[in-house]
Amino acid sequence: MSTELVTMNIGPIHPSTHGVFRMRVTFDGETIIDAEPIIGYLHRGSEKLAEERTYTQIVTLTDRMDYTASMTNNQAYILSVEKLAGIKPAERGVWLRMIAAELQRIAAHSVAIGFLINDLGAWHTPLLYLLREREKILELFEMMCGARITNSYLRPGGVFMDAPDEFWPSLNRFLDEMPERLNDIENLLTDNEIIVSRTQNVAVLNKEDAINASITGPMLRASGVDWDLRHRNPYDFYDKVSFRRPLGTVGDNNDRYLVRLQEIRESLKIIEQCLDLIEPGPIKPEEVPFLVRPGEGDSYVPIEAPKGELGFYLVSDGGISPFRCHVRAPSLMNLTLLRDMVIGYKIADLFVTFGSVDVNMGEVDR
Amino acid sequence: MTKELTGNEIKSAINAKFNDLIISVEHDHLVIKNNKEKLLDFFNSLKKENKFNLLSSVTSVDYMSKFVVVYHLTSIDKNESLIIKIPCGESRKEPSIISVTSVWRGAELQEREIYDLMGIYFHDHPNMKRLLLWENFDGHPLRKDFVS
Repeated sequence: MSTELVTMNIGPIHPSTHGVFRMRVTFDGETIIDAEPIIGYLHRGSEKLAEERTYTQIVTLTDRMDYTASMTNNQAYILSVEKLAGIKPAERGVWLRMIAAELQRIAAHSVAIGFLINDLGAWHTPLLYLLREREKILELFEMMCGARITNSYLRPGGVFMDAPDEFWPSLNRFLDEMPERLNDIENLLTDNEIIVSRTQNVAVLNKEDAINASITGPMLRASGVDWDLRHRNPYDFYDKVSFRRPLGTVGDNNDRYLVRLQEIRESLKIIEQCLDLIEPGPIKPEEVPFLVRPGEGDSYVPIEAPKGELGFYLVSDGGISPFRCHVRAPSLMNLTLLRDMVIGYKIADLFVTFGSVDVNMGEVDR
Repeated sequence: MTKELTGNEIKSAINAKFNDLIISVEHDHLVIKNNKEKLLDFFNSLKKENKFNLLSSVTSVDYMSKFVVVYHLTSIDKNESLIIKIPCGESRKEPSIISVTSVWRGAELQEREIYDLMGIYFHDHPNMKRLLLWENFDGHPLRKDFVS
């Protein structure tokens, strides 16, 4: 039986839209007929602001893009600056930023999984288990650089300070405890009947569509494509560590959840290998000036951020600020197919799908 | 390691019938003519024949004398990447280029963002309107002559 169509606005202020995301959705009863994402509510013009700042100052702007993954934002930006200016980073600095990036990946995936479960209606209890683990990582970051979320830890050539002595035992304790905590979370969630029945075969995304729509990161791997830039195009020292790349088979909401959960375990393994390989030494080459002044040219270095391929396209005219700074934001690209994924499903599946895509509005709008 | 193709390698890889589209071969990219008729065929052949199935990024730069649209393409099968640059809008009045949305869906939101912030119009785009700013916003902020 068809009913009169209803068009409704969801967001921008809504607890399940992970920030200020708005959708104009047309329903036939409970079924979604059309959904149009409307964005821009958090647009701060970061790309324009970057044109008036020095290369070191821009690090603080990158923190505020994907604010659940500041370290990897810093990393993508710094790698692009280093390529543009021909800076060779110090070895210890690179190991430190790899440790920071992998910790950040665990924190970002914890947030993604927690809020996905929240969107499923398990109001806040599972989320708090995951936020508790994230909190430990934020405390580690506080030891490393004094800041919890907007870290600005990386600099061209490495990092701005070495981790203090008390950081290392705390990190080891975290690495010892985390697998046990992950088992708890898996026992609680993975085979849970409600979660399985609500996420399996919902919003299926096949390989070809995912690649064609420039979808990257855990979402692409959940659709079964073995594409991880840490493995396929190793930046920093990712070629010196080994890790597994969890893949999904169906490409539904459940696969996207499982891939993220398994990636947390792989990140823990990477950090352990980093701890074996890191050696004392300078954290940044002496000769890198505070005011970086690259020659004319452009650079783009994509990295595997928690949400997908993140890269900064920098153009230099030889000055102290970039002539153009463009951010290839994975959150924005991953939204491309949201409409196609939710059409035909019920209103309750809309938020679950949106949660499983895992976007961060700070990065979508910049 | 993803192989970043040099300008000469891109030139030898693409179908020879598109050679007249090339303006110049640089060390890490090709500069292509903004040819409305043949550009879509060119991108289609890059995707089908050369297997560049992932459009990593589309962006634009305002050099004052011209606008340049920059395409970063990746081949997941061959693990290669290449860069194409297309200058457009030399007169600064209504710069436009053909949309690649029909080849790669991933261009949809990125081209809207370019239109919004840089003011380059994409022909044949399914939904060519502003993305981040509001509908009656005056001007395009990423242009170098934008006065706030």
